[in-house]
Amino acid sequence: MARSKTIIPIGPYHPLQEEPEFFKLHVEGERVVELEIELGYNHRGIEKLAEDLSYDQVPFLVERICGICSSSHPFAGVMATEDVAGVDIPERAKYIRTFIGELERIHSHLLWLGLAGHFLGYNTVWMWAWKYREPVLDLFELLTGNRNHYGMMKPGGVRRDFADEDLAQAVKVLDSLVKPTMMFRDVALSDPVLQARTKHVGVLSKQDCIELGALGPTARASGVAIDVRKDHPYAAYDRVDFDIVTTTNGDIFDKVVVRVLEILESIKICKQCCQKLLTVKDGIDANLTDIPPGEGIGTHEAPRGEVIHYARSDGTNRPVRYKIRAPSFMNVPTNKRAVVGYTVSDATITLAAIDPCYCCTERTVVFDVSTGKALMTGKDLLALSHEKTRNLREKYSSRMDKIWI
Amino acid sequence: MADEVIQGFRERFGGAILEVHEKSPSRTFIAVDPKRLPDIAEYCYKELGCRFSIATGMHMTSGVEILYHFALDRAHRFLNLRVVLDLEKPSIESIAARVPAAEWVEREMHELLGIEFKHHPDMRHLLLADDWPDGSYPLRRDWKAGGDGDNGKK
Repeated sequence: MARSKTIIPIGPYHPLQEEPEFFKLHVEGERVVELEIELGYNHRGIEKLAEDLSYDQVPFLVERICGICSSSHPFAGVMATEDVAGVDIPERAKYIRTFIGELERIHSHLLWLGLAGHFLGYNTVWMWAWKYREPVLDLFELLTGNRNHYGMMKPGGVRRDFADEDLAQAVKVLDSLVKPTMMFRDVALSDPVLQARTKHVGVLSKQDCIELGALGPTARASGVAIDVRKDHPYAAYDRVDFDIVTTTNGDIFDKVVVRVLEILESIKICKQCCQKLLTVKDGIDANLTDIPPGEGIGTHEAPRGEVIHYARSDGTNRPVRYKIRAPSFMNVPTNKRAVVGYTVSDATITLAAIDPCYCCTERTVVFDVSTGKALMTGKDLLALSHEKTRNLREKYSSRMDKIWI
Repeated sequence: MADEVIQGFRERFGGAILEVHEKSPSRTFIAVDPKRLPDIAEYCYKELGCRFSIATGMHMTSGVEILYHFALDRAHRFLNLRVVLDLEKPSIESIAARVPAAEWVEREMHELLGIEFKHHPDMRHLLLADDWPDGSYPLRRDWKAGGDGDNGKK
């Protein structure tokens, strides 16, 4: 059985995801037989640093853990501190926190959707998803002062209140997102290319998810209906109406579906919060002063799954131990099971199967500068692109068949 | 519901359940005998149907503590199993074979706090560099950045 294996190193700096991580793919021919994961290239010792900071400073530190879902960690963190103290926060602060959490989910899922398209070589999805993500970031800037790292969470409440007229603008932006999200659901997901690349690929079984403790959309796409928002209600999640989205196949396609549908649920939650914030005006801060000795746990359903923070207090203004667990800590090991048995994707197939460069094609017009006359329109360029794909298919048809079968 | 769960622990493990502290309806801390921990963890995961969320290791004055956080999602509740280990040579049986989700966090606690997990399938470094000096554990109270333990850089 001594067959030679090849190791394909991806990392330590991932060329596509642009993050420091190291995957070693053990392959036999085209097939991946084993995956080794090496971490630690970005270990910053944040748990240790938190022990030197006061409870008011910790949210700023943990906000820097993730640049995408930046409020997930402070959200769970302030809840851990409040759990130590055993305090409840004003209802208005709960609605504001919920709104921030869900708006963040919308922008994070749109970002992922774009990246997923980019990884598949389908850059139209990338450009479009990020185009629709932009107004969400602008809305964050309007409401919190920042497009990312909003600095909204503090033990006992939130740092900034929302004005009624800004909420009206928020509803406008949220309404404008429904149509594009439906478009992603209906058009992008019925696209044969996307289906060919994602259906029955990277399947993670329900049992694998339960054994490895997978979280968030990763688990929900495999039929594990876990969601901290329902399982351990916090903030205003028990006061708003929404559904948990689950699918059963556990492949990449289902993970796309879960995330796209979750954007719609998040829009629903945000709008309910906006409605409530017009009437619920009981302040935004519980004015937490002393943290008694004890321990507390805070959990939040981040876009990627459950974030859990644990704080231990000895009665001083700093935690003696601060533990942080991000959802990816549980989700990354599932790669080991999802990747094995599938092929290393081939660049030729990607080139042949996808009409190259949709995004440029549909937005370019060629002008003769001297006369100002349009020589080629987007339509002409699209026709050229289709022709090129046809030629490529013909040229590589013999090879493609072999690989496809 | 709450009491049934605790009752179940006591009936099943008797003297191994050292102390039960119900901080709130959704947060229960259960101090257990370290020798019986793998059985109790397996009971949480397989019989109660808990989800292993994470474990927290702590270097305290009384000893090295580990809290195993199990989420009992259907009851909106966290069950936290607490063990206190010897300060000098903290050591406990690994639960990774019975609760696979715990494999990585045991590796993490091993390298950051110097806790030995007996019969763990893979005790290599997870987060720290491969050439990190032996016996230097950053999450211990007496560890200082910039010293000998700081990866040899001074």
